Amino acid sequence: MTSDPLLAQLKFRDPQKARALAAALQREVDAIGRDEITVMHVCGSHEQSIARFGIRALLPRQLSLIMGPGCPVCVTDAPEIDEGVALARQGCRVLTYGDMLKVPGTVQSLGDAQADGGKVDVVYGVEQAVEIAKARPDEEVVFFSSGFETTAVGTAAAILRGLPKNLSVLSAHKYVPPAMEIVAGMPGSKVEAFLAAGHAAIITGCDCFRPMARKYRMPIVVTGFEPLDVLAAVLKTVEMIRRKEHDVANCYPRCVTGPGNLPAQKMLWRVFEPVGGQWRGIAVIPDGNLRLKPEFAAVDARRRFRIDVKGLWDYAPRQLADRCICGEIMAGFKSPKDCPLFGKECLPESPVGACMVSSEGTCKIWHQYGGVPDLKEVG
Amino acid sequence: MAASDRVGLRHGAGGRAMRRLIEEVFLGLGGPVEGGVGLAAMDDGAAIRLGDQWVVMTTDSHVVHPRFFPGGDIGRLSISGCVNDLAMMGATEPLGLTCAVIIEDGFPREELERIRDSMKRACEESGANVVTGDTKVMGKGEVDGIVLNTAGVALTRRVVTDAGLRPGDKLIVTGTVGDHGMAVMTRRHALSIEGDLRSDVAPINRLVRAALDAGGDDVVAMKDPTRGGVASVLHEFAEKGGVGVLVDESSVPVNPEVRAAGEMLGIDPLVVANEGKAVIGVRAGSAEKVLAALRSHPLGRQAAIVGAAIAERPGQVILDTGFGRRLLAEIEGEPLPRIC
Repeated sequence: MTSDPLLAQLKFRDPQKARALAAALQREVDAIGRDEITVMHVCGSHEQSIARFGIRALLPRQLSLIMGPGCPVCVTDAPEIDEGVALARQGCRVLTYGDMLKVPGTVQSLGDAQADGGKVDVVYGVEQAVEIAKARPDEEVVFFSSGFETTAVGTAAAILRGLPKNLSVLSAHKYVPPAMEIVAGMPGSKVEAFLAAGHAAIITGCDCFRPMARKYRMPIVVTGFEPLDVLAAVLKTVEMIRRKEHDVANCYPRCVTGPGNLPAQKMLWRVFEPVGGQWRGIAVIPDGNLRLKPEFAAVDARRRFRIDVKGLWDYAPRQLADRCICGEIMAGFKSPKDCPLFGKECLPESPVGACMVSSEGTCKIWHQYGGVPDLKEVG
Repeated sequence: MAASDRVGLRHGAGGRAMRRLIEEVFLGLGGPVEGGVGLAAMDDGAAIRLGDQWVVMTTDSHVVHPRFFPGGDIGRLSISGCVNDLAMMGATEPLGLTCAVIIEDGFPREELERIRDSMKRACEESGANVVTGDTKVMGKGEVDGIVLNTAGVALTRRVVTDAGLRPGDKLIVTGTVGDHGMAVMTRRHALSIEGDLRSDVAPINRLVRAALDAGGDDVVAMKDPTRGGVASVLHEFAEKGGVGVLVDESSVPVNPEVRAAGEMLGIDPLVVANEGKAVIGVRAGSAEKVLAALRSHPLGRQAAIVGAAIAERPGQVILDTGFGRRLLAEIEGEPLPRIC
């Protein structure tokens, strides 16, 4: 309803402006004159917006806008899940975000562990974990914390404030910039530019992407999540591709600054250190995992408990998982429609790969919006 | 046992998972109903031929947390749900309802009486009459507070099913969408969102009667968009009618509070439950007439034509967002607030 005052406020959702941006985008793409231009975004919230508003239907045929490793839940590897499952089996109360419950581990998900009687609860944030631990002083409570640098700051702040004695953290936090580098440098990668996630950049700032833009000779454009944010950033990206500008642009200046939120960064790096580790399906990402520094050993579940994951591995591995192409999807080589399991064996209620689990995962988002990225795809 | 071997909450959420569970487990229970509507149709209720009219029957069990929510309570819900299910089959004058109640040991009597009063008011609004009932009390922890079951019987001379759409037909929603689910959800998750989020729970048999009187035989499909929301209804219409459905998102009436809450939680009002609305399929020639009749009723003031049935893409629902077109999917399980 056009008379709806709330809609009038949503000025970043004006379909007319969107069409004007789309027309400008078509002119830029025509000026480049190539048949295929590939831009990767690295954020589930961007994919949500693109899919929900049907934005791909507005893009030039030659431009493909694909989603990279933009979901912290999706890239959480099976052995990390196994650690949570093992702790639940050892009698700890494991708290985690709802999306994490269904992520397949080597043999069990946290949801399976819960159904088998393990104490696994869903929380909405670290504050809630603190409250639960306080309410159950006689239990060992473990917060299985996941998320990119945005949510890691919240975990760091809680640790610095001091956790209840019976609460520890099992960190599955990830750090995005190194993963973007890995994807950019993959042999055969078609990615020519990145859209970076505006909310993460509120913390990190956008200057941190500059060395990477120069090294890999590609534009990196930071932007927000409304349809016009996305379209304006795609237009800026394509302009920069045409002009061969290998630099950073900020299309989200109403939230993001060059240096970012310095106090938050200070807290993040005070508590966490980047270590190399496997991202599910993609690769070992140097500096891609955030782990607690040794001085926080007392609240680090990995140091506080002997986590026995090997006991879980006396079972045959899941066979379907061998056919899952989540890794290639997150690296930008394939899309869910290339996957033989998508929408058949792999469904939100019985996910094979992690991209089908989280509301930030490409497969889950495509499934949620009908299984095709836009109606052009199917004629 | 894997999670897939158990019944989960998603199986009760009104989406695809629930439909599959019913198909796989319960459909074999019912045989064919000659000249009527039986279990296999998975409609709002059954219709059994009796001379030149049909006996329409329906049953519903009600559990809701919290039991009292802005705009209503479990009592009002139980009567409205039953009356509305009958009305969606075209039977707008209930002959009689039953009420079975299972109560947990220790349940406050005062609360029970408030629930009864609220049922009584909903009966008065709809002209329904509870004619028989059953009461059980179970031990502490054996049932969560209270479970209410209602069943209803009514007669109609014309049965309206979910399967009647043809290309060209218009789709009307009788008012704002998502009010009930959003009011309950924000209360349940203790999300303090400012503004007046209220459930729309109400018996709408008289509103539906106004539409049927105005549209006659041109009213070809009706369903109340409860769990699974308008999206689920449109999918059932599309699949059962063998048509495509095209929806114009900007013409779907949504209360500003519901829209704001949906934005914050990442939940589309189109998949959120309603308890006082209907989606009505009407032949194009009568659409304006039916719309006018709905709008002249107090419960239908914000009724709107939101889309149409098309010949292309049978079984699918297409949403025009104003930016582009995409498929509108059904929800799989309970809609949950997104974490980031």
